[in-house]
Amino acid sequence: MRRQHAHLSDEALVALVARGDENALGELYDRVARIAYGLAVRVLRDERLAEDAVQEGFLSVWRTAASFTAERSKASTWILTLVHRRAVDLVRREERRRAEPLAEGTADVAGTSEGPDEEAWLRFERERVQAALRLLPDVQREAIELAYYGGFSQSELAERLGVPLGTIKSRMFAGLARLRELLDEGAQEGSWRPEYTS
Amino acid sequence: METGIHELTAAYALDALEPEERVAYEAHLPGCESCREELATFLQATEALAVAASGPTPAPELRERVLASARAEPQLVVPLAGSRRRAAVPVLAGVAAVAAVVAVALGLWAAHLSSDLSSTRSALDRQRAAAIVLADPTARRVPLKAGAGQLVVNEQGRAVLLLDGLPAAPAGKTYETWIIASGTPVAAGLFAGGASPDVVGVEGVVGNGDVVAVTVEKAGGTMKPTTPPVIASSSI
Repeated sequence: MRRQHAHLSDEALVALVARGDENALGELYDRVARIAYGLAVRVLRDERLAEDAVQEGFLSVWRTAASFTAERSKASTWILTLVHRRAVDLVRREERRRAEPLAEGTADVAGTSEGPDEEAWLRFERERVQAALRLLPDVQREAIELAYYGGFSQSELAERLGVPLGTIKSRMFAGLARLRELLDEGAQEGSWRPEYTS
Repeated sequence: METGIHELTAAYALDALEPEERVAYEAHLPGCESCREELATFLQATEALAVAASGPTPAPELRERVLASARAEPQLVVPLAGSRRRAAVPVLAGVAAVAAVVAVALGLWAAHLSSDLSSTRSALDRQRAAAIVLADPTARRVPLKAGAGQLVVNEQGRAVLLLDGLPAAPAGKTYETWIIASGTPVAAGLFAGGASPDVVGVEGVVGNGDVVAVTVEKAGGTMKPTTPPVIASSSI
């Protein structure tokens, strides 16, 4: 049964994955793959490479689920981290860098097969985060976007932007800290994710 | 290396570290509670960035591709003391990988128990670095020509020896690991042996065509190998 695990939390699914439960991996995929793939496309700007990043990221989930510790992060955060890291590794290897990472990679999400609830939630979240990003000082937003969406390392950014490495580090630090504050302020209801029902 | 490593938390959360820095930071993390807490909060922000990037829907075939690749892969399972393995892992490589991670987990645990802080830290760093290589999906296995086990090498040239049944080094002796690049051996760490399976991180970076070997040397190690290797990998 495809959605036999639909009632379980992400964290419970990871525990099942750690015991070799393939259906649990499928359920996690159903919950996270949409965002993971969108992120990989944004970083890699190539659908085939993005698929590779998602596949390898989920393979890491499968292989290392037993080492996941829920007190350190949510399961979805952990999975997205693994996929993002693969995407960054791939983009650095391919040198397939965004020429203009600051140009909004506005996603065209029309005509997808997702349910309207998830679609609406994603659009809402996307707008919320983009609004928060716009409130950051330009230099902080630039450092964060070039690093996270462009795959540039902090050393590469220092060189590219012609500023000391320490400056890049503090822009990233201050920018992420502020972004988190802004998002906390904006999140009235605690739920990050919609309830997924089959 | 230790200086300023706390400042890497934001860049780590953004995946904006070079591979070497990433390994160093991950080795630092288990021993630094303030970095772990800070990282957890930064990761909330990067997850939001991930959501904000969401774009096209993946092709339906990708789901089956992901599941098929998982099916073909043995898992790294870390059963804690006393837990029972539920399913046997069918392939030998799987058994070795499972055993290796158990060994890493036990090593971490043993290191925690050690009272000598600096040796705890370096043992933790080594074990942590080994765990990172073993968990790396791009790591590949290199067979051994001499000895039982395998060598696992990731794309950054970090290598870990997984050894089966190597007895403890004789009294007054140690095992010494070597990276042999174009015929020249370079010392790559000492270990005592006697754990089976044993997980031995190779210090330094290996390149294509190199060989990793292990010899028995006098305690404290030597600059050049003086005995024939007991372990030798194929060319990497």
